[in-house]
Amino acid sequence: MLIFQRSQPGRRADSQRSDGGSLDGLPAEFLRDEAPGLPEVSELQVVRHYTNLSRKNFSIDTQFYPLGSCTMKYNPRGALRAASLDAALGRHPLSPESASQGFLSCLHHLQEMLRDVTGMAAVSLSPMAGAQGEFAGVAMIRAYHDARGDTARSEIIVPDSAHGTNPATAVMCGYRVREVPTAKDGDIDIEALRRAVGPQTAGLMMTNPSTCGVFERRIGEVADIVHGVGGLLYYDGANLNAILGKVKPGDMGFDVLHMNLHKTFATPHGGGGPGSGPVAANERLRPHLPVPYVLRDELEGQPVYRWAEDAVCPATIGRLSAFMGNAGINLRAYLYALMLGREGMHRVGEFATLNANYMAKRLQAAGFDLAYPGRRATHEFIVTLQKQAKTLGVTAMDFAKRLLDYGYHAPTTYFPLLVPECFLIEPTETESREELDGFIAAMVSILNEARENADLVKGAPYSLPVKRLDDVKAARELDLVYKPAAG
Amino acid sequence: MPFIPHTDEDVRIMLDALGADSIEALFDEIPAPMRAGRLQFVPEGRSERDAVAEVRRRLEQDPALTCFAGAGAYDHYVPAAVWDIATRGEFMTAYTPYQAEASQGTLQLLYEYQTMMARLTGMDVSNASLYDGASALAEAVLMAVRAQRKAGSRRILLAGSVHPNYRATVASIVCSQEIPIDTLVFCESSGRVEPAALQSHADTGYAALVIQSPNFFGCLEQVDVLTDWAHERDMLVIAVVNPMTLAVLKPPGKWGAGGADIVVGDGQPLGLPLSSGGPYFGFMCARQGLVRQMPGRIIGRTVDLDRREGFALTLQAREQHIRRSKATSNICTNQGLAVTAATIYLSLVGPQGLQEVARASYRRAAELATALAAIDGVRVHFSAPRFHEVVLHLPADAAMVVDRLAQRGVLAGVPLGAWFPGMENCLLSCATEQRSVEDIRHFAAVLGEELAEAPAC
Repeated sequence: MLIFQRSQPGRRADSQRSDGGSLDGLPAEFLRDEAPGLPEVSELQVVRHYTNLSRKNFSIDTQFYPLGSCTMKYNPRGALRAASLDAALGRHPLSPESASQGFLSCLHHLQEMLRDVTGMAAVSLSPMAGAQGEFAGVAMIRAYHDARGDTARSEIIVPDSAHGTNPATAVMCGYRVREVPTAKDGDIDIEALRRAVGPQTAGLMMTNPSTCGVFERRIGEVADIVHGVGGLLYYDGANLNAILGKVKPGDMGFDVLHMNLHKTFATPHGGGGPGSGPVAANERLRPHLPVPYVLRDELEGQPVYRWAEDAVCPATIGRLSAFMGNAGINLRAYLYALMLGREGMHRVGEFATLNANYMAKRLQAAGFDLAYPGRRATHEFIVTLQKQAKTLGVTAMDFAKRLLDYGYHAPTTYFPLLVPECFLIEPTETESREELDGFIAAMVSILNEARENADLVKGAPYSLPVKRLDDVKAARELDLVYKPAAG
Repeated sequence: MPFIPHTDEDVRIMLDALGADSIEALFDEIPAPMRAGRLQFVPEGRSERDAVAEVRRRLEQDPALTCFAGAGAYDHYVPAAVWDIATRGEFMTAYTPYQAEASQGTLQLLYEYQTMMARLTGMDVSNASLYDGASALAEAVLMAVRAQRKAGSRRILLAGSVHPNYRATVASIVCSQEIPIDTLVFCESSGRVEPAALQSHADTGYAALVIQSPNFFGCLEQVDVLTDWAHERDMLVIAVVNPMTLAVLKPPGKWGAGGADIVVGDGQPLGLPLSSGGPYFGFMCARQGLVRQMPGRIIGRTVDLDRREGFALTLQAREQHIRRSKATSNICTNQGLAVTAATIYLSLVGPQGLQEVARASYRRAAELATALAAIDGVRVHFSAPRFHEVVLHLPADAAMVVDRLAQRGVLAGVPLGAWFPGMENCLLSCATEQRSVEDIRHFAAVLGEELAEAPAC
């Protein structure tokens, strides 16, 4: 039932009353002639309705959620508490710097830590999600070439395993996209890359480890090839969790990158955001960072923090939001970074990798095919269910839906696009061995079900609030806004 | 080992299964020269208690201010239930609802949100959120250019009274796509766009006109005249609005004869704390005919195999994970949890509650303007009708006044000189239902004292 269907004219949550007042002085031409059609319900009805809706969700707090490339790790409640302090929630974004030194010091300290783990020269926290960070990074590449009068570069190279955001971002920045294939072992096809680059190359966007769940071993060569023709390298930090504390993207030859703080730094995913997508750049690209970010000066031996705005950053690509990005999310990441500390950060990459390799090995032993069996898994790996689809008629989608009945969120399905019938599985470091074993047992059980009674798997799920939904109807008979039936 | 549950025994068992000697061995495909050394700028890890205390210590260095600043971020009351429910783990720690059957809570909530926003703005459809108001405006400009592809013009007419940071964001985001942007000047006396300013643009082919009402200065634009003027020239109208004000103001869907075509804005006034500028959320509503050009997630109501009602992501062929380089936008993660809070907020306050917030804000702002303009040398700068913000002309530099008042616990507003050369003495102030008569009296008193001491200029 929708909240609108609980509505009764004249009912309200009385405790949310304010004084109101007259609109004297506002000419009638500006006024609304009927009240907005919001629900009229009691406070208890609201609390019960949304509490019950929440119970229809899978989440990290309630289920193992091994969604590949999304890093669904535990989101510490301490981070929420820090970001919920009155001093955090009550601060207006345009408060003067003189009354904001404590807040600015938190952001600056986070910038410094992110600079360190990425091996870059400077960080701007302002992009509000990974895709906006990507936009910032590619816009910076463009600004760099333009500033040198090198304006003939018209292409961004993207491996075919890339996240969809990469080619979409390149187009938003005015570039054409050239795709480079992946070799059989999961590394980029280096000869194809050699053929693809030239004077038209502005840069290359790459995730490493890639979405194939393997580390790009020839990254040094890749960097040399792209730099050799005057292009720049963009690092998509979606998979940074795999190498946190183990490898710095700057040391791999990347010039600019974004991080997804809602992934690697465990600020929550929120049912689809808010995230935060800071960008980090090396010295070459530093002048083009998006504003605002925090600068630290010293005055009589004391630190003084101020915002870097257009006036002090004439070569910036500009601002990407009305204020300072998702500051509250950045505070959560700051708290997480403080709790992890140096040793904790090294361990994140280690245990994320241990968990993924353990799962890959055990699933392989149980009869599942790995997409890249000759390779080490990174923090994630791919199982291909092509064999099961062919012999049993049970697809990756069917396995995914049946896993929901077993109480596990499905891995990422059908991505990357180049592996047929695939599951991209990312357990993260915060899951225990028992949880991984439980998931493996469920996969084995579903495989047995598929052999004995394929229809059982193909009809899943059975235990959720709804069965499989009619996506075709959803798209053809668009119903995006509730309209009560007449009468 | 923060948040890593493995015991030594677990590690041994797992490494045995892998036939590896150490965790380190699992990184043997990474070229040795690339391996990171010790992190220099990351301190030793701390307990939750110590880390929270550290953040608290830093944040509480800053004075707590009574907020009279607006300019796109407003200090409204947030009912207790809003974030108590929004931060339930089932909402807060889920992700994009790709597995619809396991995400019906988030999906139904987003469908309800879309309905509320469409009703508030008077439009046909809504998406499930964008990052913030400024980036939503940039997306609206790109969407208008796509929708006008056949008409041939990519030029945009953007009112100078739109929030300057929104205009800057539009410039940064659309600059590489050959979309020229002309400014429609506002009147320096009224503080809004006057019809005379339209004349010099009458014969230029534009894809769209962008107007904000209440505008950045808090003034109400003549939305009917502007909308009709644009539609007569086959331009789309992009409206930038504050959703709280729509409780009482004419919704963009009713502007002029035809209504606005795309409506965007920031959802922050709907239950989101100030929080230094984010997370907020951008909203976007549109006419039905434009829905396939919309960016971002859209939720549809459908049925399951048993014909039971259910909700799912729809029109995904617009999106980057399907369409890649041909997507309507690169947006992926948006502001889901902020929208969750706003949906709960709108349900809690209902139509009457939202109207009361709007009316109280209007009345307090009027009282604020009267109280401040009574101070010697202070006057209201613009003549157009206002909603809950006011530009005051001070007898001193406004940035200096803001700094001095912050030392006395009052955030006086936002100085305008950095954006509008020549307006160095202008202060944009705001009042909401949160400000009491006593707060306003105190603000007027300390402002009067500071101005009496300040060197005149």
